[in-house]
Amino acid sequence: MRTAQLRQALRLRRKRQRLLWRAFRARHALTPRIDRTRGLPRGAILCLCCLRNEMAQLPLFLDHHRRLGVDHFLFVDNGSDDGSLAFLAAQPDVSVWSTAASYRDARFGMDWLGWLLMRHGHGRWCLTLDADERLIYPFWTTRPLPALTAWLDHGGQEALGALMLDLYPQGRLSEAGAPEDLLWFDAGNYTLRQQAPGQALWIQGGPRARAFFADAPRRAPTLNKVPLVRWHRRYAYLNAAHTLLPPRLNRTYASAGGEALTGVLLHGKFLGAIVEKSAEELVRRQHFGDPARAAAYQRALMGDPVLKTPQSTRYTGWRQLVALGLMSRGGWP
Amino acid sequence: MSLGIVMLVHSALDRAEQVIRHWYAAGCPLVVHVDAAVPEADYRAFAGSLADLRDRLVFAPRFRCEWGSWELVAATQAAAALMLDRFEEADRVFLASGSCLPLRPVAELRAYLEAHPETNFIESATVRDVTWTRGGLGEERFTLRFPFSWKRQRRLFDAHVALQRRLGVRRRMPAGLVPHMGSQWWCLTRQTLQRILNDPDRAAIDRYFRQVWIPDESYFQTMARRWSDRIESRSLTASTFDFLGRPHILYDDHLPLLRRSGCFVARKAWPGAERLYEAFLQADSAPAEPLRLPDPGRIERVFARAAEQRLRGRAGLIMQGRLPAPHLNLPLTAAPYSVFEGVAEVFDGFAPWLARQLAEAGQGAAVHGHLFAPERAEFAGGATGYAGGLSDSATLRDYHAQMFLSNLIWNTRGQRQCFSFGPRDTQAIHWDLAKDPNAVISVISGAWMIPLHRAPMPFARRRAEAARLQRIEAEHLAALRSPWARARVRIWTLAEALEAPEERLQEAIEDTLGGPAPRRALPALADMEGLPDFLQALRNAGMHPQLTGELRAVPAPPARRAERA
Repeated sequence: MRTAQLRQALRLRRKRQRLLWRAFRARHALTPRIDRTRGLPRGAILCLCCLRNEMAQLPLFLDHHRRLGVDHFLFVDNGSDDGSLAFLAAQPDVSVWSTAASYRDARFGMDWLGWLLMRHGHGRWCLTLDADERLIYPFWTTRPLPALTAWLDHGGQEALGALMLDLYPQGRLSEAGAPEDLLWFDAGNYTLRQQAPGQALWIQGGPRARAFFADAPRRAPTLNKVPLVRWHRRYAYLNAAHTLLPPRLNRTYASAGGEALTGVLLHGKFLGAIVEKSAEELVRRQHFGDPARAAAYQRALMGDPVLKTPQSTRYTGWRQLVALGLMSRGGWP
Repeated sequence: MSLGIVMLVHSALDRAEQVIRHWYAAGCPLVVHVDAAVPEADYRAFAGSLADLRDRLVFAPRFRCEWGSWELVAATQAAAALMLDRFEEADRVFLASGSCLPLRPVAELRAYLEAHPETNFIESATVRDVTWTRGGLGEERFTLRFPFSWKRQRRLFDAHVALQRRLGVRRRMPAGLVPHMGSQWWCLTRQTLQRILNDPDRAAIDRYFRQVWIPDESYFQTMARRWSDRIESRSLTASTFDFLGRPHILYDDHLPLLRRSGCFVARKAWPGAERLYEAFLQADSAPAEPLRLPDPGRIERVFARAAEQRLRGRAGLIMQGRLPAPHLNLPLTAAPYSVFEGVAEVFDGFAPWLARQLAEAGQGAAVHGHLFAPERAEFAGGATGYAGGLSDSATLRDYHAQMFLSNLIWNTRGQRQCFSFGPRDTQAIHWDLAKDPNAVISVISGAWMIPLHRAPMPFARRRAEAARLQRIEAEHLAALRSPWARARVRIWTLAEALEAPEERLQEAIEDTLGGPAPRRALPALADMEGLPDFLQALRNAGMHPQLTGELRAVPAPPARRAERA
């Protein structure tokens, strides 16, 4: 038993070293467009994001996370042609790198972000997000990120887990023009399991599972992430921002019956634009490990579906999500 | 009367300055100790910016105060001595930290102290009777030696404690001292403080406390008992600790709570809590309610609830922050629910009848069909989706049947869920039902024979199906009767149920209602004509029905149905 554990630990260690090496190599793929990271204070909170054509999301994304207390944003632009790059370069608290390399070959951007985390994230709290995600957590309106990270530091906690909560509009997806139109969500149809490595969570469910993966729920998207980590240069994201190495970082939940402090990523993916984006994605095949299997999902999205049902819940704020049991304040009174 | 403030500062110097100015503006003399770990340049800037308060503000000699170390006491001693020496008018001395936030006007605190003359406010309990110590070190704080830092040298610390326990080493307390412990934040009278600092045995006592663990929670608490008999054993500073023994931090959203608490001072405020500092550090006004009693219990209750949530969580909730290990055997669900096995097969129209019964009894309830039917989840009213976005798809449900049930009960808290279950259904859940203390299960075993005996299938297939269902139900009944079962279970055979159908149904309903239920007209019994013959035919074919009981005759079909036929 002990030998098996040791062997497993060594295997994961080698895996982590491979990932770190990939991230280190990935620096060649990145061209700095504007680098304002010089002179960032040691305690700065960073937000890292890899994107392509997200102009519709960016203003809200920046506003929200600035309000939350992010000190500096590090973006990797993967060939946007909708003005995202110029918009980002004009922001005073943003640094941008660009790359034309394949998103898929860079482990869905994680190699690029891995390099930036290694270079700038060491010793800092780093928030790794997609452009259509907004982090919220209990009390976020009165306790910005510095309060949260101080509390986590205080308890020796290195990472915060968060559930991706898919938000959708009232009617057809094409009727949603801005992230603010996405007001509905599924409150209680999530499934939780433990998975490797390190008994990480595996959460699935929500509107995508019921609307697009009812025949093959195993393939439904993973909804758990570990977006906020007190980074160390030897850490590596394993599978998008869902799991990390070393494995202990994935234990973001309590297993003794109590509740751990957790957040939610408000996921504003289902805008009208996704209908066209899905058509493009069907051709680019840059997302998902198995593009052929994802095709059915992309086609369903192209059909401009209605995700809202009579059982949908309208989003009113963090207290609601705590009461519904989607996130928890843990022992943070 | 004048109130002197001794303040220990180690971080967030800008906030400390704000609080110092607040105390100063109210006329208090101050002695400020800045931790030696604060860089010299920062210290100078801090002292420089407070230069205008020099007439009533003195900086104390600096010590490097590590958590739990003697230096904290040494720093407090030095600062307190300076206070007594430099400010003759200070007849009360209040110990505060840089992150302590005064909640009520200083004038009110002064009036409160004046109303309690000669009283020392210091929480001080005999060690034997204290339950709040964490980590198992209570009395041993005083009887062992602690030369190693708990924060930096944890292994050495633990090993050294273990070694001393092994060897049975015990230190002797200096004569005349009774060890007491309590909050490190106190308010003493000049006289008591003077006596403590001028204790003739002080050198020996200090030497002793130097190796006591966390002496800042026991030195003054013990010494005050030695030198005063007017002790009000409570702190004027509200300060609570979380389940790990770390002080709770106060944020902007605690403003209403702190206001209501009526406490004079609270710690510890988050330096970024702009609204708190703004609200409580306004210009000192005249006392509004000088003698209002502080009620720290309010704060403690709120924080105790948080600790409860961290340690025990919300029962029956499975979510990203709470995934109880299976071996803990915690309930899968959040609220009681009822499972009827075979009841709907015996009584026609059982579901609508039960819904009506529960509604009349004033219980909000949902009566589903077979939630775990192989075709789909038969939600009440034939709905395709249910609370929280649950889908009726059997594939989605069976992908994680436990979570389907747990989600359903969590999503419908406040509304009693009732559903049917039987051997035809997905059995993935059957052990969970048996083990769930929230499940109230009423079983009429063998009742599935009723629909089966009339099924339009050749006898050979019905026989095979009967054998299959009987095997499944027998296994389930074994689970319900096993020592691991924690559900409330009633089991009748079909024969027993038919002997007194009204009684059986009444018992099942009363289990669900948790009390006596008014007797109503019974739902009609299902058509069972020919069932005994079918059972005999099974027997003759070598398949002995064991779960129906001895069923020789069945009730005659109701007249109404006979007419229709």
